[in-house]
Amino acid sequence: MADSKAAGGGFYGNLGKIYGGYAGGFIVFTLILAVLEQMGVPNKVIGYCFVILTIGVYAYIGILSRTMDLSEYYVAGRKVPALYNGMATGADWMSAASFISMAGGIYLGGFNALGYVLGWTGGYVLVGILLAPYLRKFGQFTVPDFLGTRYEGNGARLCGVVVLFCASFTYIVAQCFGIGIITSRFLGIPFEVAIFVGLLGILVCSMLGGMRAVTWTQVAQYIILIISYLVPVVWLSTKLYGIPIPELTYGQALDQIAALETKLGVVKHYVDAFTDAKGQFSWTEFNNFWALVLCLMIGTASLPHILMRYFTTPSVREARTSVAWSIFFIFLLYFTAPAYASFAKLEVYQNVIGQPIASLPAWVQNWSQVGGLLTIKDGNSDGILQLSEFIINQDIIVLSMPEIAGLPYVVSGLVAAGGLAAALSTADGLLLAIANALSHDVYYKMIDPKASTARRLIVARGLLVGVAIIAAAVAGTRPSGIIQMVAWAFSLAAAGLFAPLVLGIWWKRTTKIGAISGMIAGFGICLFYLVMTRYWPADFKAMFGTDLWWGIRNISSAVFGLPAAFIVTYVVSLMTPAPSKEMQNFVDSIRTPGGAVAAHN
Amino acid sequence: MAPKLDTAQMHKYWTKTSALMWTIFALWIFFSFVAPLFAVQLNSIRFLGFPLGFYMAAQGSLIAFVVLCVWNAIAQNKIDEEFGVQED
Repeated sequence: MADSKAAGGGFYGNLGKIYGGYAGGFIVFTLILAVLEQMGVPNKVIGYCFVILTIGVYAYIGILSRTMDLSEYYVAGRKVPALYNGMATGADWMSAASFISMAGGIYLGGFNALGYVLGWTGGYVLVGILLAPYLRKFGQFTVPDFLGTRYEGNGARLCGVVVLFCASFTYIVAQCFGIGIITSRFLGIPFEVAIFVGLLGILVCSMLGGMRAVTWTQVAQYIILIISYLVPVVWLSTKLYGIPIPELTYGQALDQIAALETKLGVVKHYVDAFTDAKGQFSWTEFNNFWALVLCLMIGTASLPHILMRYFTTPSVREARTSVAWSIFFIFLLYFTAPAYASFAKLEVYQNVIGQPIASLPAWVQNWSQVGGLLTIKDGNSDGILQLSEFIINQDIIVLSMPEIAGLPYVVSGLVAAGGLAAALSTADGLLLAIANALSHDVYYKMIDPKASTARRLIVARGLLVGVAIIAAAVAGTRPSGIIQMVAWAFSLAAAGLFAPLVLGIWWKRTTKIGAISGMIAGFGICLFYLVMTRYWPADFKAMFGTDLWWGIRNISSAVFGLPAAFIVTYVVSLMTPAPSKEMQNFVDSIRTPGGAVAAHN
Repeated sequence: MAPKLDTAQMHKYWTKTSALMWTIFALWIFFSFVAPLFAVQLNSIRFLGFPLGFYMAAQGSLIAFVVLCVWNAIAQNKIDEEFGVQED
């Protein structure tokens, strides 16, 4: 273990230099490719360079960070400073859905899709005020660990593992799907094969070094993903309005879009809030908007792969500061996304629609080949592209925008590298959350408490590979769009985990039976609504006489699960005897940063 | 290790912590739900060249979330120090 990271002080003392140098190196690498492109190097080679070189760097960090130490493997030795944990959380957080699909969703949905922007940022306020510092003080390895301790026994622990597995697995399938799209497009290989190539990229980061390796690759991935997201938008902002701050300039783009909407006869206006397809105000859209915001925010504060990032800071204080850093780093991408979407919309309305179809540039051809994500059909056979003849999937808008806007191909390669970083980093975080819960909570705590360290680490790694392969195989069947799958994951986590975690800390009276009943009720109702409306809509209608309860789409299923979880937990807790004095002391001890955690079973 | 608080002190500490939590929680509700849900009305107002409803959902509330998280970290650290329960 004579690697730079094991050396401790050397590595931790020089984090700024190491990652600063790395970011500089990446920029130089991009500039070199830009020059090569001007010298005539084919696009395909540039795409290959970005994909392979970045995966290579992650693999290198992953191998350097290999470890056989339990604390290093599960919580990165609790040595990650707040700032870097913030970056790692940013990469852990921003997935293929944020990077690849979200701006595309705004492009297609206009204001109504801003629910994603709000929902995926505001949840950190809840993480910061309700959970992160207390979970850090508790100081074990996993989120189910907390449930198992606070609710005395394997019942709550197992419920936690089940919810964690369902939510994180749904989420990881979406990431594999995103990785498949990017590798397929930029390496020019079939989608099904591309998924498994991407899988190697995931495994090489996490398998040898667990949380430690994932942390330091995530920091590296954050740097790449934020650079590559900002470059095309800043570029376009400068090109269109002469100011390199897109967040200030895209108000003008909104006005231009509105003018073009009138010209093109679009009835659903981009900036209008809560409108249906006909452009009229709709209470259904209004309700779905707040429901989605609520589910995504509560889901943020319930997803174990995010919460466990705050187990890795050196102290409670750093955990709190780290939440602030996290939301800042995440904010940089989210408040840029609507600008990205608006510029893409403007480019399409101005420079694509109304062009002769025969003269459309090469990107149309390239993207049409990736699994039906872009269709151009000359409906009225006039050879001119009409708005209704241009059907683009939300999952490729971010990736194709640089080409649509006529930026050099090197920017496309950069964006691909960023999208890949986003998908890989989240996939790694999720994979680790699942494998850790299975190896630590199920195998070690329930099946074989006498297992040796070496054996626990072998089991953890075996599970990691197994889960990854199954997730990739499921993604190969293309179960749904990225953003839908991710939103389901948030709902599942929110309905199952939020109530027991928050009440466990904030309400001493919460009892074991209360928490378990609440988890089962909340998660059960959410899962029922999601699965029935998604897979058996006819049966659902027969049962309730309506397609959807109050028109709420199943991406916000937790709207029904959450109140159930809280009410059931509350009522059942009051009906069962109060937790013991020791348990109440334990809760007190995790409420204060200083001092030891009180004894518990 | 910081000394363990007696019951009265612990109660005071937790009352202060809870008050901070509820304050930030209320502001969180405002910026998550109240402001964005009046987007139709706010959109008739112009702000920095944006319709205000769109601006709040796309930027304004997000900025507020960052501020709330930073505020929470600073204010809670102060409370910890006041009661002497910060880490050594």
